[in-house]
Amino acid sequence: MSDKPKFAMYWAASCGGCEIAVLNIHEKILDVDANFDVVFWPVAMDAKYKDVEAMEDGSILLTLFNGGIRNDENEHIAKLLRRKSKLLVAFGSCANEGCIPGLANLSPVGEIVTTAFNTVSTDNPNQIYPRTSFDTPEGEIHIPTLYPRLKTLDQVVDVDYYMPGCPPESHQIAAVIDLVVQVLQGKAQLPPKGAVIGAGTSTVCDECKRTRHVKTITSFKRIFGQPIDPSLCLLEQGIPCNGIATRDGCNARCPSAGAQCIGCYGPAEGVVDYGARLITGFASVIESNDPDQIDRILDGIPDPTGQFYRFNLAGSLMKAGVSAWKKEKV
Amino acid sequence: MTQRITIDPITRLEGHGKIEIFLTPEGDVANTYFQIPELRGFERFCVGRPVEEMPLLTNRICGVCPEAHHMAAAKAADAVYHVNPPRTAKMLRELLYSAFYVTDHATHFYALGGPDFVMGPDAPVAERNILGVIHKVGLEIGGKVIAARKAGHTVVEIIGGRKVHPCTSIPGGMTKGITEDQRKEILEMGKWAVEFGQFSLKIFNDIVLGNKAYVDLILGDIYTHRTYYMGTVDENNHVNFYDGKVRVVDPDGKEFVKYSPNEYTQHIAEHVEPWTYLKFPYLKNVGWKGFTDGKDSGVYMATPLSRLNAADGMATPLAQAEYERFYGTLGGKPVHQRLATHWARLIELLYAAERWVELASDPEVASPNFHTVPTATPTEGVGIVEAPRGTLTHHYTTDERGVLTKVNLIVGTTNNYAPISMSINKAATSLIKKGTVVTEPMLNMVEMAFRAYDPCFGCATHSLPGQMPLEITIRNSDGEVMEMLKRG
Amino acid sequence: MNNEQFEPTIIGFTCNWCSYRAADLAGTARMKYPPNIRLIRLMCSGRLDPTFVFKALTNGADGVMITGCHPGECHYLEQNYKALRRFHLIRRTLQGLGVEPNRVKLVWASAAEGAKFTNEVKSFVEEIRALGPLNWGGAGGNGHRVETQIPEEVPA
Ligand code: SF4
Ligand code: SF4
Ligand code: SF4
Ligand code: FES
Repeated sequence: MSDKPKFAMYWAASCGGCEIAVLNIHEKILDVDANFDVVFWPVAMDAKYKDVEAMEDGSILLTLFNGGIRNDENEHIAKLLRRKSKLLVAFGSCANEGCIPGLANLSPVGEIVTTAFNTVSTDNPNQIYPRTSFDTPEGEIHIPTLYPRLKTLDQVVDVDYYMPGCPPESHQIAAVIDLVVQVLQGKAQLPPKGAVIGAGTSTVCDECKRTRHVKTITSFKRIFGQPIDPSLCLLEQGIPCNGIATRDGCNARCPSAGAQCIGCYGPAEGVVDYGARLITGFASVIESNDPDQIDRILDGIPDPTGQFYRFNLAGSLMKAGVSAWKKEKV
Repeated sequence: MTQRITIDPITRLEGHGKIEIFLTPEGDVANTYFQIPELRGFERFCVGRPVEEMPLLTNRICGVCPEAHHMAAAKAADAVYHVNPPRTAKMLRELLYSAFYVTDHATHFYALGGPDFVMGPDAPVAERNILGVIHKVGLEIGGKVIAARKAGHTVVEIIGGRKVHPCTSIPGGMTKGITEDQRKEILEMGKWAVEFGQFSLKIFNDIVLGNKAYVDLILGDIYTHRTYYMGTVDENNHVNFYDGKVRVVDPDGKEFVKYSPNEYTQHIAEHVEPWTYLKFPYLKNVGWKGFTDGKDSGVYMATPLSRLNAADGMATPLAQAEYERFYGTLGGKPVHQRLATHWARLIELLYAAERWVELASDPEVASPNFHTVPTATPTEGVGIVEAPRGTLTHHYTTDERGVLTKVNLIVGTTNNYAPISMSINKAATSLIKKGTVVTEPMLNMVEMAFRAYDPCFGCATHSLPGQMPLEITIRNSDGEVMEMLKRG
Repeated sequence: MNNEQFEPTIIGFTCNWCSYRAADLAGTARMKYPPNIRLIRLMCSGRLDPTFVFKALTNGADGVMITGCHPGECHYLEQNYKALRRFHLIRRTLQGLGVEPNRVKLVWASAAEGAKFTNEVKSFVEEIRALGPLNWGGAGGNGHRVETQIPEEVPA
């Protein structure tokens, strides 16, 4: 073991895309190797939980934690890595705000399980569902308990920094690694605790190259329903683009590729509730003062809840739909 | 005394998992359980969302193969809207997908499965990883691997808008096309990728096939199972990743069925066990007979090896030559030895690179005709692609606004849940005998059994989110933990 | 809980220039309206950030009433139309979250309409009483009902 500072990366309820994004810094990964002792990173190397447990508290300098907290095992590891790490970074949308899997918080967990085990291709006449502990002929075996709702990392442990994005863009990851290396060499200082790193302080619109006018709209449109002007603001064309409320940092990837921003970088600086900000934003571009017409225009957004909380539900003020909350109370 | 061995977490696979090995009082393996600890609930929470969001939402099932979900979702959404995208759109999608395949297969071979061979299964833990591989094969080769991954991701980004979780496929085609300059850039990278594919096969030849111990390991009985094999084929029964019909061959290599995507429910069903969050797909018309091999068991496999087994050949010349060499060396079709999957994967990598060049050579791929506006009322549709880890099926039903009312997903790795469980069981049974001291390399050899499948449990746990660690616990026959071996 | 005994907590966001004065007028004229509503004064209904509504509902409120000047009479010209559009979006969003959209109500009341204000509050309280407690969010999550953390202003 070298005396280089220690680095760890972990996925809780994660899709693995955050890990791939780190691998996608390509040759920069060698900087990580040169400057850090990688002590725990399940996707890339063989070290097990017990190795982490054996480490001294606070002995890992930097842990990038991706994925949400969906079960007791996720929470256990989050707490373990919190103890062992000096700097714990909520890495990626899942750890920050719940991301797409956080949409599961719209339904009680029981419904999620019954749906999955009764799809058209599932053969389940006896209504068998997974059990957290099961008596096999050879002995009892266990699987983790699913929580009634998916939680963000900072809903279970103290977090030092937040790095948004689904996944964080590789140029931002590279920049953060550069920063940490500079801090190690005494050439730079860490931002204040609780800061958002690897992203901007404005909105995606700010980085977006599409031209904008102050213009209101009389209908919302679906992205596939008509030809799209490649250089004009999508929202002006009636496409519900979330760029207006979303934090910048991605170089406005999606609008540059002809697609609307779906909000993966989470709320812009200073926004308390992402969906609330979008509601305010969308409400101001609608060109009508007539309640019935407003209703008709809004029918053009077939799924407002998903539109406004696609990535952010678990980290929003609401955190979950009513039925999932009610379940949690029991 | 039954002992129990738990390996936790299983490392170097994209996801999380847990293996329980029970020993008999004598110390032989009584049974093994391969458990998937999470479920994310996409089938539930995608209901209520507009169908055009599925290529974006289901990306987040798996960040290792989001391209596969993006494509299957886009194809299912096309089907829901009864729209046939223009040729350019299909070419763009397949081009993106081919480049992705090169990247993904390279990642697996060099970072996930390869270290076992390149470093050896009993190499020190600290070296059995991508950095170890780079140290061993040399920085120059390491650099090539990095460059190959980079080229693939660059193409994904140019066509798909983002490197991870692309965003440009919509019902009817794409949100954008590519320019003539981009086409040329992609073509150049593709030519290089072909060389990289050949080079990777050469490494495999030198390091693996050149080493008798490894060849014995591959051909040995430990890693052999006779099952059905599934893969998507084009009209010539050649392997295709993006489009075609799903073909299944039996353990003797004879065609069992060939079905169109929208017929999948007639052929595939999923079995449920109460000790895991993941389901076990099987061939409906053979039936679920438990975790067993053979023609009477509906267990099938869907991996690079199975795609080669299920097809009559490769659609590109260099890959076809390798395909022939593969079956020539391993004694004809089908090949049942699971570790040969690593070789099959590299043949697929070469095919993907050749296809990349083929598609990028056609000027039509840069045409501005990349979208057809759907006009029909949306109803129901199925989209199938070959994910690197197996046939991926997305099935959606919507209301007349195109808002989802029903979602069913059979995800790449899930196809292989039963065969992986069987492989683990067999490897453990063969390696752990009464009186043997269980060592770390032995446990790694158990893990190798499933690593061949390149299992991706971020992916498989779409129904429960991706926690997939591996733990081996030894228990006595009363179920008490005698020894807990977590490797490392 | 028996619904007859259920006393809903309602947060009212009132515009300084009209509805807040209507409430005031109701107070000075000794028109009684149920004590269930806690009023928060905004300078204009256009100041209503949807965040306030979500915060109220997840912190223990069972209903939210938004009030503003009649259409065309907003002191800041068109702001109450913005409030109207937000209100529509809030209701649609809440529905998706499993909250009955009728838990949020929009009322136009001029400074002179003390009686209208009183009646609207009364009927809203009954409507919410019929819907029962919401128990959502912070309340549900902590397993107990917390008092609203939004500072309240009570008419003088
Ligand atoms: S933030 Fe996005 S990329 Fe990262 S784990 Fe979550 S879903 Fe995957
Ligand atoms: S709304 Fe979307 S398209 Fe318009 S400027 Fe903002 S990010 Fe760009
Ligand atoms: S444009 Fe929006 S959705 Fe796309 S990468 Fe940027 S923040 Fe994420
Ligand atoms: S001033 Fe009363 S609503 Fe604007």
